[in-house]
Amino acid sequence: MSLFWLVVIVLAIASVGYVAGRARALASVGGDMRDLHSLPSYYGANVAMKAAVPAFLILVVWLLVQPFVIHASISGMIPEDAVQEGSSLGLVMAEVRRTAEGLENAVASGQMNEDFASNARADVNDITARLKEAGQIVTSRITQPVMRAAQSYRVMVSAGDLYMTIVVLLAAIAGALWGIRETTHEFRARNTVERGIRVILFSAALIAVLTTLGIVLSLVFNTVEFFRLYPAMDFFFGLTWSPSFSGRGGSSELGILPLLWGTFYISFVALAVAVPVGLFAAVYLSEYAGSKFRAVAKPMLEILAGIPTIVYGLFALLTVGPMLLSVFGDDGLGIMKAGTAVMTAGLVMGIMLIPFVSSLSDDIINAVPQAMRDGSYGLGATKSETVKQVVLPAALPGIVGAILLAASRAIGETMIVVLGAGAAARLSLNPFEAMTTVTAKIVSQLTGDADFASPVALVAFALGMTLFVVTLGLNIVALYIVRKYREQYD
Amino acid sequence: MNEMPNLEQASAMTTSKISANNVQVYYGDTHAIRDVNIEIQPQSVTAFIGPSGCGKSTFLRTLNRMNDTIDICRVEGTITIDGEDIYNAKVDPVQLRAKVGMVFQKPNPFPKSIYDNVAYGPRIHGLARNKAELDDIVASSLQKAGLWEEAKDRLDEPGTGMSGGQQQRLCIARAIAVSPEVILMDEPCSALDPIATAKVEELIDELRENYTIVIVTHSMQQAARVSQRTAFFHMGVLVEEGPTEDIFTNPKDKRTQDYITGRFG
Amino acid sequence: MTDATQSPETGPAQTGAPVKSKSLYALDNLTRKRNAAEKRFKFYGLGAVLVGLFFLVVLATAIISEGIPAFTRTIVEVEFTLTQDQYDTAEKELFKTKAYEQFFIGALQKQLEESGMSVPVDAAAIERIVGKTGGTIREYFKANPGALGAPAEFELAASSRVDGYMNGRVTRVEMTDSRFLQASDLDIVDSLVEAGIIKTVFNWNFITGADSGVDNPGGAGIGASVVGSFFMMLVVLFLSLPIGVAASIYLEEFAPQNRFTDLIEVNISNLAAVPSIVFGILGLAVFIQFMHLPQSAPLVGGLVLTLMTLPTIIISTRASLKAVPPSIRDAALGVGASKMQSIFHHVLPLAMPGILTGTIIGLAQALGETAPLLLIGMVGFVARGYPDGVIAGFIDPNSAMPAQIYTWAARADYAFYEKAWGGIIVLLVFLLTMNILAVILRRRFERRW
Repeated sequence: MSLFWLVVIVLAIASVGYVAGRARALASVGGDMRDLHSLPSYYGANVAMKAAVPAFLILVVWLLVQPFVIHASISGMIPEDAVQEGSSLGLVMAEVRRTAEGLENAVASGQMNEDFASNARADVNDITARLKEAGQIVTSRITQPVMRAAQSYRVMVSAGDLYMTIVVLLAAIAGALWGIRETTHEFRARNTVERGIRVILFSAALIAVLTTLGIVLSLVFNTVEFFRLYPAMDFFFGLTWSPSFSGRGGSSELGILPLLWGTFYISFVALAVAVPVGLFAAVYLSEYAGSKFRAVAKPMLEILAGIPTIVYGLFALLTVGPMLLSVFGDDGLGIMKAGTAVMTAGLVMGIMLIPFVSSLSDDIINAVPQAMRDGSYGLGATKSETVKQVVLPAALPGIVGAILLAASRAIGETMIVVLGAGAAARLSLNPFEAMTTVTAKIVSQLTGDADFASPVALVAFALGMTLFVVTLGLNIVALYIVRKYREQYD
Repeated sequence: MNEMPNLEQASAMTTSKISANNVQVYYGDTHAIRDVNIEIQPQSVTAFIGPSGCGKSTFLRTLNRMNDTIDICRVEGTITIDGEDIYNAKVDPVQLRAKVGMVFQKPNPFPKSIYDNVAYGPRIHGLARNKAELDDIVASSLQKAGLWEEAKDRLDEPGTGMSGGQQQRLCIARAIAVSPEVILMDEPCSALDPIATAKVEELIDELRENYTIVIVTHSMQQAARVSQRTAFFHMGVLVEEGPTEDIFTNPKDKRTQDYITGRFG
Repeated sequence: MTDATQSPETGPAQTGAPVKSKSLYALDNLTRKRNAAEKRFKFYGLGAVLVGLFFLVVLATAIISEGIPAFTRTIVEVEFTLTQDQYDTAEKELFKTKAYEQFFIGALQKQLEESGMSVPVDAAAIERIVGKTGGTIREYFKANPGALGAPAEFELAASSRVDGYMNGRVTRVEMTDSRFLQASDLDIVDSLVEAGIIKTVFNWNFITGADSGVDNPGGAGIGASVVGSFFMMLVVLFLSLPIGVAASIYLEEFAPQNRFTDLIEVNISNLAAVPSIVFGILGLAVFIQFMHLPQSAPLVGGLVLTLMTLPTIIISTRASLKAVPPSIRDAALGVGASKMQSIFHHVLPLAMPGILTGTIIGLAQALGETAPLLLIGMVGFVARGYPDGVIAGFIDPNSAMPAQIYTWAARADYAFYEKAWGGIIVLLVFLLTMNILAVILRRRFERRW
């Protein structure tokens, strides 16, 4: 039974439970709903809730745990020598899953019968041939252990699915019966349902915490795995980045410093563009511009913030890069060799961040009380003197917070640097040279066909960990500053 | 303390410091101030009283063109200071406000040190040629505001750290530091406790010797205590103006009488 | 008060300060200088705004001018009669397709002459312009023998270089002769255009098609990845809206003031600022490595984007809930409603327009997101066709619009760049529609309390 139908049946049980609970509640008071503690629909909702919520909870947990359990017991079946040189348990397991899927599809399409597919004594070559006949993509050489593993994998999955269906349906029915049983006219159905809803609301809020937990765990586990294969000291202090995909990445040099340098350099250029322009724009829009100009210019600037980063990436690669090259390249000043460079990515990222800086600063400048401005005007200060000497100093903490948030944006930005900064990791001061960043390398290390067990792929998690820690630090500091700042004027 | 030296009384009779002629103020379509004519005497305290929303604060703000900072506000009629029309195109509001200082309802010290708060005005107007002169201006302004004893040891501390009354006196010192000729005060004591209020009132009385002071107040007792002349505003109209004693003891207009006897307000 | 004894005539003289009794009408030098500084400062501000707007204009111009050609394609349209005899002779030849090509070139030449043009047309040039035509013609007549002897119309796609020439990507001045195109071919193209044989038509295939191989930029379309994006957005909408609203209601209305609530709040505001690529790593590690969900599936993409969008939606939903005045809550509680009833019957419906606006903006943000999708394998080249059903739409490998654009931009052939810009236009049209919808919602239902 597919997952879809299981969900539908549970929902059906819940709806039947709703009707039954409502009817029973009304029947218990002879149809006069004034004698009930709660509205009849609450009695129905109570039954439906008790039928559906535990059942779905079991379903979700089961779906999460089952692959894990099966994976553990199957990988125990694969002997060490079945993992060939240059391969890994992960790859073999992937093959097992593919083969099992092939068997499943062949059975489903009727080209193989159930007995044959699960026959442990069947000849491997025979099954392989039959699978190919059935049009299932199968790796050329399925070894004996893989085939056996695939067969038991298939059996375990279908058994697991069957048990899951049974348990979930039983839970739904038991829940519904429990709910119906407690339905009497004195039962405080509304309070029970509301308590239930509160728990549901709470678990929704919990997802944010779980997401953070998921991020931290997935980064930590894989980073630890990486440091087992590659010394942490070399990673954090290495001056060279040159991954080698041959020989399981054994000869790679994976120093993060050139990547961090590229990241910070590009972010610096971006902030050098975005902060002055954004700040001046915010000051102009909040202190000088007439309401009509403001009503047009502010949303126009904010369009820049709504444009997806891939667009900026393309803009950097195909418009800004060639434009800079025509000025600074061999035809011009001769200090730029290719369109992709720190300057290209930094400039475009700066454009992207202008509205980010300006709307954050705008909010912060507007939070400075008018009394402060009046005080200054009352002494005969001009607008610019007021802005420079009263408003901006008063808003300074908030603006610093906004700049830190923008910096964290710049450091975490991916598409612009993937397309606009180049791929070479180098430690150089020339902003017209191609450099690369942490984010760009995460993409390139994880989008290839590299196997997850090799250091060249795992390094992406260590890079991600570094990125996460740096941006999180910036964010926490920035949000703290901004919050303190707002409290000051609230 | 309401006695004025004879010399000043004589000059007050002949020349007024500020004179408003037929002043109208509009906020967008609202006609906020109608036909106000008033002569404000130099070296004296003039109080504007009236129920809230009567236009007294609005009129006060027209005297140093603070209303310019509000887009929809429009002023008609003439206001002259020492015979010069302050709404004349040749007048720079910045220079005007250096001559006509202002103290606000809520103490609004800048988030800077006490010293920098007072030094701000002299700095922007270029009143001091060097650090020593600036120090002198700060010290004498704080002295005049009666804050020197409390502040002299903590000039580097933020002005926002002082008590409400001290903050308001700091704002007065800040206004004095620019050496204005007129000081406008918009309900300067409404955010203060009675003791702080008493101190500020005492200060106002002392300042009268050197400055022309116009004060807006909610409290009739305060007007009686500190002012020599009083103007009563009601619904955007200047109802009655005259020596404070006359206004409180012998009002000519029925509305003034109702107000000071507490029928409305 | 030492100064109190000073005579009133000199006014408030201070040590060192000049006596200020000058006329207001005369501007002093300092004021003049200060006013100039004021003007300069204002000018810098205006300049900054204009710089921002200038970038917007440059960006828009680049997108439109570079992307429009992706929506057109160049075709060669030839009407052509093949008699039974010609067919028989051709079938007897050793190089059959070559023979058909000769007929085609003959027909082409005849049509050119009819329109009064005479350019030497050789087989090699035609091959460079429309590719090998013989095969197509032969297949057509083999499949429809009945069409022999009657005029048949052929519509063939011009090569990508000719396409480039037609929309200005390839120019006479800059081009170098190659085996793909020679300068002399352009004369033929010019006369074919004049004779109405080469035409530019709207490229429906770009909108409805799927990604093509690396060597066929002309055939690449964005349709399949639009479908991929659509299924992803369904996942995001149906997960992030209910979860986001539920979480916001909890935090805004029920959460007690304690450390755990603080933890959740801090978590949400920090998650909103975590780089999107980190969510990609999360998706890769948790959904694919750990839970073994299918790679490249819109379902997984949707899950990742849901987690990414949730903080945005929660923040805007909480703002909408907060904007409903407490008096509404009090009124409901006052007639004996429970807290839950007052929220679900009164507060939530009133906050709904704001919530929906926030959700649409969150969805628009998710729709443009690229980096996390690359990590879970939703790269462009997997979008090879449409899924065969609703369930397949969620779990079959597919790409999404921004990832497809990235794949095109990363290819070496210049002709794909045009597709990438075109893809951006399609993407921006979707984003614009969503944002306009959000603005309309806000305008129509916005309520000021």
